[in-house]
Amino acid sequence: MKESIGDRSIAVAIVVILIAIGLLTFFPLYYVFVVSFTDPTEYLQKQGFILFPLKWSLASYRYLLSTSTFLNATSVSAFLAIVGTPLSLIITSGLAYSLSRTRFWGRRVLLILILITMLFNPGFIPPYLLVRDLGLINNIWSLIIPVLTSGWYVILMRSFFDSIPAELEEAAMIDGCNDIGIFFRIMLPLSLPALAAFGLFYAVAYWNTFFSAVLYINNPQQWPLQLLLQNMLIDSSTSGDAGMTSDVQIPSQTLKMAAVVIATVPILCVYPFLQKHFAKGVMLGSVKG
Amino acid sequence: MQIMTAQKSSKLAAASLKRRTAQSNLKRDKYLYLLALPGILFFLVFKYVPMWGVLIAFQDYSPYDGLLGSQWVGFTHFIAFFSSEQFPILFRNTLMISLYNLVFFFPMPILLALLLNEGRNVLFKKVIQSIVYLPHFLSWVIIAGISYLLLSQTSGIVNQVLVSFGMHKIDFLTNSHLFWWLLTGQSMWKDAGWGTIIFLASIAGVDPALYEAAKMDGAGRMRQAWHVTLPAIRSVIVILLILRLGQVLEVGFEQIYLMMNGAVSQVADVFDTYVYRNGIQNGQFSFSTAVGLFKSIVGLLLVIIANRIAKQFGEEGVY
Repeated sequence: MKESIGDRSIAVAIVVILIAIGLLTFFPLYYVFVVSFTDPTEYLQKQGFILFPLKWSLASYRYLLSTSTFLNATSVSAFLAIVGTPLSLIITSGLAYSLSRTRFWGRRVLLILILITMLFNPGFIPPYLLVRDLGLINNIWSLIIPVLTSGWYVILMRSFFDSIPAELEEAAMIDGCNDIGIFFRIMLPLSLPALAAFGLFYAVAYWNTFFSAVLYINNPQQWPLQLLLQNMLIDSSTSGDAGMTSDVQIPSQTLKMAAVVIATVPILCVYPFLQKHFAKGVMLGSVKG
Repeated sequence: MQIMTAQKSSKLAAASLKRRTAQSNLKRDKYLYLLALPGILFFLVFKYVPMWGVLIAFQDYSPYDGLLGSQWVGFTHFIAFFSSEQFPILFRNTLMISLYNLVFFFPMPILLALLLNEGRNVLFKKVIQSIVYLPHFLSWVIIAGISYLLLSQTSGIVNQVLVSFGMHKIDFLTNSHLFWWLLTGQSMWKDAGWGTIIFLASIAGVDPALYEAAKMDGAGRMRQAWHVTLPAIRSVIVILLILRLGQVLEVGFEQIYLMMNGAVSQVADVFDTYVYRNGIQNGQFSFSTAVGLFKSIVGLLLVIIANRIAKQFGEEGVY
C-alpha cells in the first residue's frame, strides 16, 4: 500500500527523534571514553574541547594502573562479583526451587513471610546495627552476606521453576535420585538461561556495590571500586583537585575519565549477554505461578 | 454428648494424622528442606532480625545495653521528629522529587516505546535499543561522576560550549533551582530506555490484524498508534502508575546522596539522607530508626492502597 505524505514525514521525524535520543544517551559515554585516551598535553591545550583526539595516549591508564589504591579497589569489586554471584545463585535457586514444589510442607507460610519482607523495609539503621553486632564491620563479607538474595529474585525464580514439568522429577525419583540430585542434575541444567540472566544481574549488582560499603567499610584499603571512584570523582570536584592528583604531568580530568572507563568496561563486556537475557528476566515477573 | 466426643476424637485423630503426615513429609522431603535452608536462614537473620530491630525506635538505644536492656521511651522520638523544623522540609523535598519523577520521567519510556515501535528498520531499532538500555547497568557513582565531569563549572564541556557560544556558564551542580531537574534528567538518562522493555513486550502482543483493519479504515500512523497501540498498553501503564504512586516516598537515595552538596542541601535533603546523617554519622540510632520507621509505615500503607486500586481496575496487583 502507498504511504501518504503525512505518514512519510512522520516516519522521517521519528527516525530523527530516535537518532537524537540515541546521540544524547551515547555522547556522555563517548566523550568520557575519548578524553580518557587523549594525550595529556593535547587535553591541556584544548581545555577539554575534544571530540576526537589527534594523538592517542595510554598515559592516564598507565598511571592509574600503577597506583596500588586503584588496583586494590578493583580487586575488591572483582572479588565481590566472582565470589558473590555463585553464592547468590545457589541460595536463591535452592530456596526458589523448594518453594516451587507443592509437596514442600509449609511453603505458603514461607511465601507469605518472604512477601512481607518485600513490602516492609525496616530502613537502614537496624540492618547496620545487625552487621555491627555480627562483627562484620570492615570485613569484605559484609558486602556479600547481607545482600545474598532478595524476596524479589526468589519469587521470580520460583515462577521459572514452576514451568518445569513435575514428570521429569518423578522419573528421576523412580530412578533413585534424591532431591539434591534432582536439583543439581536436572533442574539447574534445565534452567541455565534463567541462571545466566540472574547471574548477570547479581554480578552487575556486586560490581556496582557502593552504599553498603559506605556503611560497613571504613578502611580505605578495603574500599570497592565504586567507593574509590566517588572519592576521586565527586569529593574532589567540590574541593579543588585533591583526592588523586598525580605528581606527573597528567591532568586529573583525564585520570578521572580513565577511572570511569575502567569501572565501566566489565559491564560493557557482559552487556551483550545481558541484553540477550534481560528482557526475559524482566518479563518473568509478569508471568505469575 | 456421645456425638460430641465422637466428633472430638475424630478431630483429634485428624489432627494427629495431620501431624504425622507433616512429620513424614518433613522426613520424605528432607533434602528439599536442606536446599531451602540457607535461604530461609538468610531471610530469618537478615530480614526478620532487623524487623525486630525497629523496636529501638521506641527506646533510647545504647549499644552497650542492647535491645533488651535499653530504656523504653514510647513515641518520644516520633514526636521530636514531627515537631522538628526539618520535618516539613524533608517532606516537601521527597514529595517534589517524586512529583518531578512522576510528571517528567514516567511518560518517557511510554513515548520512547511508541517511537521505537514505529521504527521500520530492524537493525536501526536494535542499535538504538542497545544504546538506550545500556545506562541502566551503570552505577549511580558512575553516573554522578560523569555528570560532574560534563557539567562542572570550571572544566565541564557543557559549560565550555556555552561560553564558546557567548553564553554564561550555568552552575548545574550547585544551583538549588536546578537540582530537582538535574535528578530528573539523570533518571531519564539512566532508566528511560530500560523502562521501554515492558511496554515493547506488550506492544509485541498486539494482533497485527488490528493494524490491518485500522489501515483499511484509512487510519494513518498517528491514528494507528493512538487507537491501536496505546489502548493495548493502557493496562500496563495504569498498573505501573499505581505502583509508582505507592512508592512516592522512595526517592533514589544513592543518587541524591551522591549529588548532594552544601549549596543544594535545602532542596536535596530527604528522609533517607536525614536518617543516614543522624543515624550512621551522628550515632542517634533510636531517633533515626524512628524516622525510617515512619517512612516505612507510610510506604507500606501507600503500597497496600495502590494494590487495592490496581485490583479494582481489574489488574493483578503485586500480591
